[in-house]
Amino acid sequence: MSEFVPITAPARQRQQASIGQPVKRRDGVAKVTGAATYAADNHPKDMLHAVMAVATIANGRVRALDVAAAKAHPGVVEVMTPENRPALAKNPDDRDNPFMFRLDLLQSDRVRYANQPIAVVIAETFEAATEGAALLAPRYDVEPAQLDMHADSEAFVPEAVGPGAPAESHVGDIDAGLAQGSHRVDSTYETPAQYHNPMEPHAVVAAWEGDKLIVDTPSQAMTIARGRLAGLFGIDADDVLIRSPYLGGGFGCKGALMSPQVLGILAAKMVGRPVKLVPTRPQMYGPLGHRAPTSQTLRLGMDDAGKLTALSHHARTTSSMFDEFFEPSANISHTLYASLAISTTHDAVRVHTGTPMFMRGPGEASGSVALESAIDEAAHACGMDPLAFRLANYADVEPISGKPFSSKRLYDCYAQGAERFGWAKRVLAPRSMRDENGLLVGWGLGTATFPVIMFEAEARAIIRADGTGVMETGAQDMGQGAWTALAQIAADSLKLELDQTVFRAGTSDLPDGGVAGGSGHTATVGNAIDAAGRNAIARLIDMAVADTDSPLHGLAADQVEARWGRLQAVDDGARSEGYADILRRAGLRELEGHGRGRADADVGERYAMHAHGAVFAEVKVDPDLGQMRVTRMVGAFAAGRVINPRMVESQFFGGMIWGLGFALHEKAETDPRTGRIMNANLGEYHVPTNADVANIEALIVNEDDPHVNVLGIKGVGEIAVTGTAGAIANAVWHATSKRVRRFPIGVADMIAEPATAD
Amino acid sequence: MSLAIQITLNGESRAIELDDPRITLLDLLRERLELTGTKKGCDRGQCGACTVLVDGRRVNACLTLAASLEGASVETIEGVADGPELHPVQQAFIDHDGFQCGFCTPGQIMSAIGLLREARVHGDPERVREQMSGNLCRCGAYAGIVEAVLDAERLTARESERGVA
Repeated sequence: MSEFVPITAPARQRQQASIGQPVKRRDGVAKVTGAATYAADNHPKDMLHAVMAVATIANGRVRALDVAAAKAHPGVVEVMTPENRPALAKNPDDRDNPFMFRLDLLQSDRVRYANQPIAVVIAETFEAATEGAALLAPRYDVEPAQLDMHADSEAFVPEAVGPGAPAESHVGDIDAGLAQGSHRVDSTYETPAQYHNPMEPHAVVAAWEGDKLIVDTPSQAMTIARGRLAGLFGIDADDVLIRSPYLGGGFGCKGALMSPQVLGILAAKMVGRPVKLVPTRPQMYGPLGHRAPTSQTLRLGMDDAGKLTALSHHARTTSSMFDEFFEPSANISHTLYASLAISTTHDAVRVHTGTPMFMRGPGEASGSVALESAIDEAAHACGMDPLAFRLANYADVEPISGKPFSSKRLYDCYAQGAERFGWAKRVLAPRSMRDENGLLVGWGLGTATFPVIMFEAEARAIIRADGTGVMETGAQDMGQGAWTALAQIAADSLKLELDQTVFRAGTSDLPDGGVAGGSGHTATVGNAIDAAGRNAIARLIDMAVADTDSPLHGLAADQVEARWGRLQAVDDGARSEGYADILRRAGLRELEGHGRGRADADVGERYAMHAHGAVFAEVKVDPDLGQMRVTRMVGAFAAGRVINPRMVESQFFGGMIWGLGFALHEKAETDPRTGRIMNANLGEYHVPTNADVANIEALIVNEDDPHVNVLGIKGVGEIAVTGTAGAIANAVWHATSKRVRRFPIGVADMIAEPATAD
Repeated sequence: MSLAIQITLNGESRAIELDDPRITLLDLLRERLELTGTKKGCDRGQCGACTVLVDGRRVNACLTLAASLEGASVETIEGVADGPELHPVQQAFIDHDGFQCGFCTPGQIMSAIGLLREARVHGDPERVREQMSGNLCRCGAYAGIVEAVLDAERLTARESERGVA
């Protein structure tokens, strides 16, 4: 044996952090092999299947259900109706906070919207439960449904819009500003009801073990859901275990626990066996939330230099007859464009639909398409290029509050996006560009923005005796890449390699992972993880410097740093030792650290915090047939620190494709006679398909924000929906000179006369 | 009427007793054979999440009655990899980030495998977009899906050339 001791550093040492690396999805193999377990893939022993019967009227009462016929069907075990549904500890119509919603849990025979659950059939097989539900053949006392969002006599001003924003905001004198302008835009834009349509329905597999409840169901907010279930069933939150390792898409509709999920749990309680309940796709158009329709009126005044003198944005929206969520569309006008006066107002009408809900860019997406269309109309009224007009009205401070931005690289987004797209070659006049096949070509621009939102989350870090690490937090991955990006933060926080760090998430018995929503999950949980890792390292340093056998003994804690599995003296790299050595000498199997992530209220008082972006779109329109296609999109976004550019690009793509769907495809059609949605399926409610998305590019504009949070993360999940829909609408106008103000824009709009040539 | 069928499932001959004539291939796989990789997104042939290969061709398992499959060969996502070795299409989906939430992914991959067997796309992204449009992806991972299919075509073409040589 040689006495030779290698003098090189450990082989794994490297200078590069995991944060910022385009790491491939760590859940990739599980997802491409079918091994990833979604809620409905669970099948506990003795499990029964439940199928909901839902209302085919929008207002009235259920007079009769043929329960006997359903129960007589072979395989049917039980039928749950308002008459026999197990008791709840809390009235489902009670609501304690803006993130809690009223539920339809068979509390009465009252029907408040079409597709409301009215009974649940539980059977040995899915086939028997489905047939049993059909055999219920409900009869109703039908009452007239109020469906008209333009019923002005019914309109009222909500106390709050979104999760608690004021319904009105004003700065400056809007009438004086409008009077001062030499140019004017006064336009009303209509956006339809849209449905989230995650590919995975809100499946639930529920199993009661005495008073303990185990629930497999997709949740964007397991801790909140756990509390909701504990309240409804009168049990301790610690006796509820929610498992949500993979969500098959969320987009806001899996934020709050929804009625069908609770009905599945009730069904399991009723029969004393595990139950699986999966809403059918048509049943997802009612009890699971939607983006409410809006009618938005924009009044803009501009002076001769093209500067805004007034920006007035009024939004009418709807909520259900029994609960509140008001799409805060007008508030998009608070942040983007400087104006002498700004006024944003909302009002609402109640209609017989399910309750609207947070849906990817709630308020921002619907508001953006109206604002960006109006800004484009304003640029045209001033005879200006749409980009030049936006630059002329660039906001150096947040217009509604006067606060400085914590960071804002929107100018670079415009510049880099325009360069990449080739915007300089745009011809100013509409209907003046054609391609080699004679198709009309239009180029449009929209500005993107989304606020920095943080919830609260906790994380637990563990350094193990072998020197590897574990990070635990009940985070939720709905496809945004939490399994990967949060693990990268975890590795860096513990100063370990990614493959030396075990990342545990996706169940409610872990530290509170907060909410996968508001584009704030990575920021919130990421900062909790970062704090937990740093806490663990600090404790390890304290142990080392106090240990007489450590080469670091006697150093002040701030004279020691962690570097990839080792602690070393800041000014003497030779004084170092591995994590495992420290724990071994102390006889410890592991060492814990704890961290919390949440918004710093003081920073929020001082700064306006938003992500920004610019989206450029090319649309080609057949001049004879009116067929439209988005042939090219370039988005450039500045959203603070990027943890994983591969995941972030994918989020931007997804958001832009949602914007495309907003502009050209998505609309729920309500039968005005019955209040039923006529296209409650994926064949007729059109979401973008692969063929709808041609050339798409997303540029990540570097942005260093020293204020938003320790890691400098803003959020990327929703911003790209904003800007995009407006950019496409503006491109359609530029191609055709037709300004369509009712979304989605369709072929009928292209062939309808007259063209608005001005 | 007999409710037993004999099928080849992922290469293995299986005699299956159907407990109900209404069972679709999708519910047979998911609820009775513990093959839950194939997903139910709409149960009416509109989303493609349940795409499997029957006798080598892409079908929506939700629209296929199990009782109609006597003698058929069925391939699902669980049968695609060769042990720990991923199929080139699976690897390409990871390499090109052709998914986010992953729920439509088994269907996308089966559809891509079926597509590459049916016809070459000749490196043309427009062909891929058109022929993969029966598989919805609400997350909007289409750009990665197209790249993955093109990459897998290049790879499998090279492999088959090597096989000939």
